[in-house]
Amino acid sequence: MSVRLDAQDRRGALLVLRRGLQVSPELVQGGVVTLLLAVAAAAGRVVVPLAVQQTVDTVILATGAVPGDRLGLLVGAAAVGLVVTGVCTALVNVRLFRSSEAGLARLRVTAFRRVHDLSALTQGTERRGSLVSRVTTDVDTISQFVQWGGIQLLVSVLQLLAATVLMAVWSWQLTVLVWVAFLPLLLVVRPAQRRVSAAYARVRLAMGAMLGAISEAVVGAETVRAYGVAGRTQRRIDASIRHTRDAQVGAQTRVATVFSAGVLVANAVLAVVVVAGTLLGVAGSLTAGRLLGFLFLVQLFTGPVQMATEILNELQNALAGWRRVLGVIDTEVDVADPEHGGRASVRGAARVDLEGVEFAYPDGPTVLHDVSLHVPATSRVAVVGATGSGKTTMAKLVARLVDPARGRVLLDGVDLRDLSLATLRERVVLVPQEGFLFDGTVAENVLYGARGGAVADVAAVFAELGLADWLASMPDGLQTQVGQRGERLSAGERQLVSLARAHLAGADLLVLDEATSAVDPATEVRIAVALEELTAGRTTLTIAHRLSTAEAADLVVVVADGRVVQVGPHHELLAQDGPYAAMHDAWLAQTR
Amino acid sequence: MTQERTHTLPGGRMRRGALLLWRGAAAHPRTYVLAVLTSALFGGMTVAVSQVLGAVTDRVVVPAISGDIEAGASLWLAGLVVLAVAVALALGVAGRRIFAGIGYADIGADHRHGVTRQYLRLPMSWHRRHPTGQLLANASSDVEAATGVFNPLPFALGVVVMILVATVALLRTDVWLALTALAVLPLAVLANLVYQRRMSPVATRAQQLRAEVADVAHESFDAALLVKSLGTADAEEARFASVATDLRDANVRVGQVRAVFDPVIELLPSAGTLAVLLVGAARLSTGAVQTGDVVAAAYLLTLMAVPVRAFGWVLGELPRALVGHDRIARVLDARAEQVPGTVELPRRSRGLRVQVRGVDVVVHDASGPHRLLRGVDLDLPAGRVVALVGPTGSGKTTLAGLLCRLQDPSAGRVELDGTDLVHVRPTDLTGQVALVSQSTFVFEDTVRANVTLADDGEPGAPDDEAVWEALRLAQVDEVVRALPGGLEAMLGERGANLSGGQRQRLAIARAVVRRPRLLILDDATSAVDPQVERRILAGLRQRDQDGPTVLMVAYRMSSVVLADQVVHLDGGRVVDRGTHAELLARDPGYRELATAYEADSARRAGR
Repeated sequence: MSVRLDAQDRRGALLVLRRGLQVSPELVQGGVVTLLLAVAAAAGRVVVPLAVQQTVDTVILATGAVPGDRLGLLVGAAAVGLVVTGVCTALVNVRLFRSSEAGLARLRVTAFRRVHDLSALTQGTERRGSLVSRVTTDVDTISQFVQWGGIQLLVSVLQLLAATVLMAVWSWQLTVLVWVAFLPLLLVVRPAQRRVSAAYARVRLAMGAMLGAISEAVVGAETVRAYGVAGRTQRRIDASIRHTRDAQVGAQTRVATVFSAGVLVANAVLAVVVVAGTLLGVAGSLTAGRLLGFLFLVQLFTGPVQMATEILNELQNALAGWRRVLGVIDTEVDVADPEHGGRASVRGAARVDLEGVEFAYPDGPTVLHDVSLHVPATSRVAVVGATGSGKTTMAKLVARLVDPARGRVLLDGVDLRDLSLATLRERVVLVPQEGFLFDGTVAENVLYGARGGAVADVAAVFAELGLADWLASMPDGLQTQVGQRGERLSAGERQLVSLARAHLAGADLLVLDEATSAVDPATEVRIAVALEELTAGRTTLTIAHRLSTAEAADLVVVVADGRVVQVGPHHELLAQDGPYAAMHDAWLAQTR
Repeated sequence: MTQERTHTLPGGRMRRGALLLWRGAAAHPRTYVLAVLTSALFGGMTVAVSQVLGAVTDRVVVPAISGDIEAGASLWLAGLVVLAVAVALALGVAGRRIFAGIGYADIGADHRHGVTRQYLRLPMSWHRRHPTGQLLANASSDVEAATGVFNPLPFALGVVVMILVATVALLRTDVWLALTALAVLPLAVLANLVYQRRMSPVATRAQQLRAEVADVAHESFDAALLVKSLGTADAEEARFASVATDLRDANVRVGQVRAVFDPVIELLPSAGTLAVLLVGAARLSTGAVQTGDVVAAAYLLTLMAVPVRAFGWVLGELPRALVGHDRIARVLDARAEQVPGTVELPRRSRGLRVQVRGVDVVVHDASGPHRLLRGVDLDLPAGRVVALVGPTGSGKTTLAGLLCRLQDPSAGRVELDGTDLVHVRPTDLTGQVALVSQSTFVFEDTVRANVTLADDGEPGAPDDEAVWEALRLAQVDEVVRALPGGLEAMLGERGANLSGGQRQRLAIARAVVRRPRLLILDDATSAVDPQVERRILAGLRQRDQDGPTVLMVAYRMSSVVLADQVVHLDGGRVVDRGTHAELLARDPGYRELATAYEADSARRAGR
């Protein structure tokens, strides 16, 4: 069973490429034509050096008679060559952008979907931010590479090739010399790239630490003020800003060094060409025009040589990003739809059974041991127990957010693993403790996930839950904006909206995981009473933090250390001299 | 006295852009003088390369190949001259890039220092009006946007020098040749400007969509549990695919703009070279110029193909920089609505006496003013424990925040030992009043630093003995002892994770280690066992003779009964005050709150 994202994915560049093309075949669509156009575009870059050579050798320094229109023809032909080159370059650009962006959009959406399909467990083991970067910055890195480095790389290689071919035609000796002169630079590109990439890594690290320090001043604003520790917080922030600044300067200095080394070599090669070319010319194997043409061709080397380190760096980042995205896509989904679609399930009050269920979190101790439980249809069941007793895990198992390591969870007698997830989600709805809200209005949030439903229904839902007063107290009623993650509402208010949402979803089995833990007692009781009415004829499983919920339930399940230790109606358990009676006494002591 | 200069840039777009560049560079004169000088060296040497090659062509290459022995003799000298120019050019490029990098990093650091200083100076009311994400973006992506333009700036300035030198050099050779070669420059610059103007909105749109894609992903993954629970993965995929497709189209649009302009900009210098060949050959035939002059002019154009793009880069980055700068300026120019007080609050042994008189709190947001508190009077006698009780949204947290001046009242006043809170020195305030809020903020630091909120060895910081005592009082010492490293254990996202109740008790330790004279517990023990809560309060009274004055916002009756007095707040007003028993007897709203569970049980029993 693989629960974690494959962070150790070490597949090589070729495997990444192969798998990447499987996921996004769009990337190479029309690739052959694009390549041919790119070859033509690169060949066009030697037009100017060729024109210079021809002009010098056949017009300016020509020994015999020169036809009067020779120069005009020459320049005219070159101009046509330039236009053709331009058109080819334009086409290459458009085609590359189209195919790569289509492939990357596919990659992004595929990875996004995969993240949602992964089990709650896998999602939980990852930092949220790292999952987000799989479908954002990682893909953006690839996109940016294709847009800049990728095109550069293609152009550079072909351009070097074209220049070399023409050089070799003119003088193989000088061509070898030029290449030998550039060779040391090509050899240091890799180590230089490693150092540059290490420097960039330090920048990212420093930047991350800096943002962490700054977020203390923002997220912890109240604490900083209440304790008057602005001075110390500022010192910490200032130090992190300085580190970032130094890391940036360090990286930039390295890049500048490598870049200017390229400038130095490319221009020093001019000296080599002048000296060696002239000597070859004196020996009679090179014309003056060809020598001058060489000087122009050497400039075609400059760009690629200067940019090689950065291109390699981008390439490596893009590959790493691609590898990470593919890592998500190739992570096994351990809570998956059964093969062949799964069995249908008839709507109606749900019956749930747990049979010998055992569960452990990855690398953690077993949190549920051999749990068996029968939840009859239309019953109201409350699960109580101390923090860490395994209550929430039971809720997750019933909603199939996780699968048991051993044993079975049955809905109307059918193993959850044999039901299609779509059917299951329609019939079983879990309301988690943290009421998550999307940036939008109250109404939009309640309607989220509802299959059909109008704003009028939303008002009715609040009224049914006895929350009309609360709704009226909102500045814009149903149209009140809740802000990002609902941050404009209090934790309790967020829970109210989540509850309304779950109610509108109209499930056969409602699983409430401490869904009203942050509201005041009067409101909580009001909601509890309303829910009792509303869920009549449906089944509810409530993870309770307040024993008032247990009092109202048909059946109370007491969990301790991962085992069900007592099951029965409230008054029966109260009569027994067991853990429930003790819990209830303690509860009374703190509420009365 | 002159008014303090604001950071907002005045004037039209050109003036604002120029001002942004000038202010940034002027703040680091040494760096930018060096950047401009080295970049000028680069500009001059680029022209020198072409001039030297031209001269070498005429004096060495052509005569030597034609059989002039003397010319061949100076060949090595020619090689050395080219080499020397290459070295100078490389030095210029290195300097230009290094100093550009330093300037960029320094200006970014300036912005970050300024912005974070404001975050720490501005009051909570300001923080509440600005979403966390926005403030973090102000210090990260907005700073990057505002400073990105400084990367190509020295390059562009060096190119100005390059063009000046080139003009002089070419004019000295031949006017016609000069005109032909230089004719391309305005065209190339113009093409770059048009390019940037076209590209800028397209690139901005792609940038916005990248942010939108990130927003959707972030929100959707945060909602992962909900998405599973409601089975809305398909809808989420469609929502994401829609923005991802928009981003794809925007990126393709970027490619199309580039496809049109890239070839034009690349080929303009090449076309210029051809023109130079044409005109040069004509001038050669009249003897006005020599072969080397034509070569020099043609080569110069080849060398200038990339540098002339620098103007486009600067102008292309400028709109983004202005947007980023405006966002930063809004933070930098925000004025503190809270003026720190100057009056000393003498430290006495007993708890603080608190009087709240006729306090209103009104906040304004997009939908208009909201009155959170109206006409609130409250008395906390020294050393007493007062419970503040009321339904969700009744204004309890707002009232609690007023007592430690997280916010100032819109009307009325708050007095500590008879001194108006707004006049009290901030250090006295934070030294004598401690607030423990609903959610505990844990710093990414050691346990010790999370309690003392001081650096190791900082003067006045509590010693380890005091820290342990506070942890003991907060009933969390055993938990810390069990952590690997004890007081040295790291907390926060990258450190040990404490449960909700443990975090709350850590926050209480953070408060009591300061020996506050007023302790405000804003639902700060919701996740703490009632018996533990009782021991914490008892411990406080035992340690400091009279004990601090305590205001506790609470839901649990077990907490409320620990109080000497109860204040019932509803809809921003004080409904009643008295002992728990008194309120229970005469205040129906309080009775409903206090006996909600009891009444529910009774209702059920009677059914």
